[in-house]
Amino acid sequence: MSASAVDVAPTRGKTGDPYSSAWRRRLPLLPALVFVIVITQLPFIVSIYYSFTNLKDKTQSLIPEPTRFVGIDNYRQIFSDPFFRQAMWTSVKMTVLAVGLSLLFGTVFALLLDRKFVGRGLVRTLLITPFLLMPVVAALIWKQQMFSSLFGILNKGLNFLGFNSIAFISDHPLASIVTVLVWQWTPFMMLIVLAGLQSQPTDILEAANVDGATSFGVFRQLTFPHLRPYLELGALLGSIYIVQAFDAIDVMTGGGPGSTNVPYYVYQESIGGGFRYGAASAYAIVVVVFSIIIATLALRLLSSLFKDEDRA
Amino acid sequence: MTDPGRHGSILGVGERRAIVVGLGVLAWLVALLWIFPVAWTVFTSFKTEQDASAQTLHQGLSFGRYRDVANSTAGTLSLQAAFTNSFVVVVVSTLIVLLLAIPAAYALAIHPIVKWRDVLFFFISTKFLPIVASIFPIYVYAEKWNLIGTRQVLIILYIAINLPLAIWMIRSFFREVPRELIEAAEIDGTSLVNQLRQVILPLTAPGIAATALLCLIFAWNEYFYALQLNFANASTMPQWVVSNVSTRGNFLAKLSAASIIACLPVVIAGWAAQKRMIRGLSMGALK
Repeated sequence: MSASAVDVAPTRGKTGDPYSSAWRRRLPLLPALVFVIVITQLPFIVSIYYSFTNLKDKTQSLIPEPTRFVGIDNYRQIFSDPFFRQAMWTSVKMTVLAVGLSLLFGTVFALLLDRKFVGRGLVRTLLITPFLLMPVVAALIWKQQMFSSLFGILNKGLNFLGFNSIAFISDHPLASIVTVLVWQWTPFMMLIVLAGLQSQPTDILEAANVDGATSFGVFRQLTFPHLRPYLELGALLGSIYIVQAFDAIDVMTGGGPGSTNVPYYVYQESIGGGFRYGAASAYAIVVVVFSIIIATLALRLLSSLFKDEDRA
Repeated sequence: MTDPGRHGSILGVGERRAIVVGLGVLAWLVALLWIFPVAWTVFTSFKTEQDASAQTLHQGLSFGRYRDVANSTAGTLSLQAAFTNSFVVVVVSTLIVLLLAIPAAYALAIHPIVKWRDVLFFFISTKFLPIVASIFPIYVYAEKWNLIGTRQVLIILYIAINLPLAIWMIRSFFREVPRELIEAAEIDGTSLVNQLRQVILPLTAPGIAATALLCLIFAWNEYFYALQLNFANASTMPQWVVSNVSTRGNFLAKLSAASIIACLPVVIAGWAAQKRMIRGLSMGALK
């Protein structure tokens, strides 16, 4: 698919500038563009269609109802559904906490790593490891080894020190899940900030030192402004993945109260057991609309990432 | 971008040696804290089940649990089958991602189309669509076309997951290629394929490798699609790990061994390529 597109481009129009034709420029882009549209946009359009029906899984109900159009009933229902509102609120808390904390820790760790000390390479290797783990494994490790009231090492430690056990996951589901997310995403943020720190021109820093600037002054006046786009990028990429968090919730709580985010709620309403596909599609569409609004705001905010000059 | 020979920031004026040593020690403490859950899992994986559940160490350490999970046929999913499925799905999807992303990045960076900014935004915006919003239609059509429980359906979906990120990163690497080199190749009448092969790809190989690695990590670790569309014969490694959680009997040591086996390939690849990843993220991100 892509190979043929690549081959076609330069063979046509041997005369003049081979890149004068707009279509010749577009051609190499088309395979990827068509693929992404077909796989990500078409299902979404089908979802819009479902959202106006009362589609349910026929095998799951005792008295099967024929599928018919219900207009905007599904949408009207959303705004009277307290569980959906709760899931939205959980999503916001989970994403803001996890992205914010992992950015904070990631920046601190990157600053620690951006100086000379014994075993720096090994420290970096240890720190990035959690990001490389499967999210499912990360969640299982924390659930079974750390938080568990049966085998968990944290409660063993608390008991050893004379404290009572804490039922981490059942009493503090959101905090438990955020802990795992922060543990996994801090290394990612650290890598991005580290990349920013290492791309800082050294001569300016040296000049600042010669001029007798304090370390904190250098950080605030030179390093932080330089890091800003990197921090924004980390926040953007982190939010994209963390707002969709599914694995940690599925493994740790299976969506108990306080830990069901919007994706998990939609999942529960549809293929995860509710089988109310029509209604669940409406929820999904609302989520998409919210996501687009937030994404547009975020991307506009981060337009500094794209302010580079046009190459014609 | 980054100079591999550069070692940290210069000692600031007024910074005493004690502070410098202290910060080094702090970095070590932070690293040990962060790795502790993983280290503890490795430790548990060598214990017997009784020791693992009690968090004790009476019966010594051995590779026994690794043998158990590698040979276990509990359920229907063997390690060998899951590993083969994961390997095929991850490698094939990543190769196709590169095959699609490289020409697309060319059209967005070297000879950019007029609306390259909008197209780039579109690619990134697809990452904001919640997967759940499209999983049900995908499920319906996958079932209609007999793709449920096949590797093909996962390959297609993993391409869709990774393609936007890959295009974004590779585009930025392509922008780093000196203009004169491309123009020289064009004056010589080099075709697009040869331009890529002779000029652009050799210069951007490290960045493309970093991109491929990120795609491999995300695909290898993906669980949601695999769980929903692939519960039967084509299950992948994350599902194999979860299949080792048992409701009867102790499973902690076996689960730990399974977790280590499942994560090891990607962890080793990530360790080996960490410097390249930092480079890749800095260039890929912001140029």
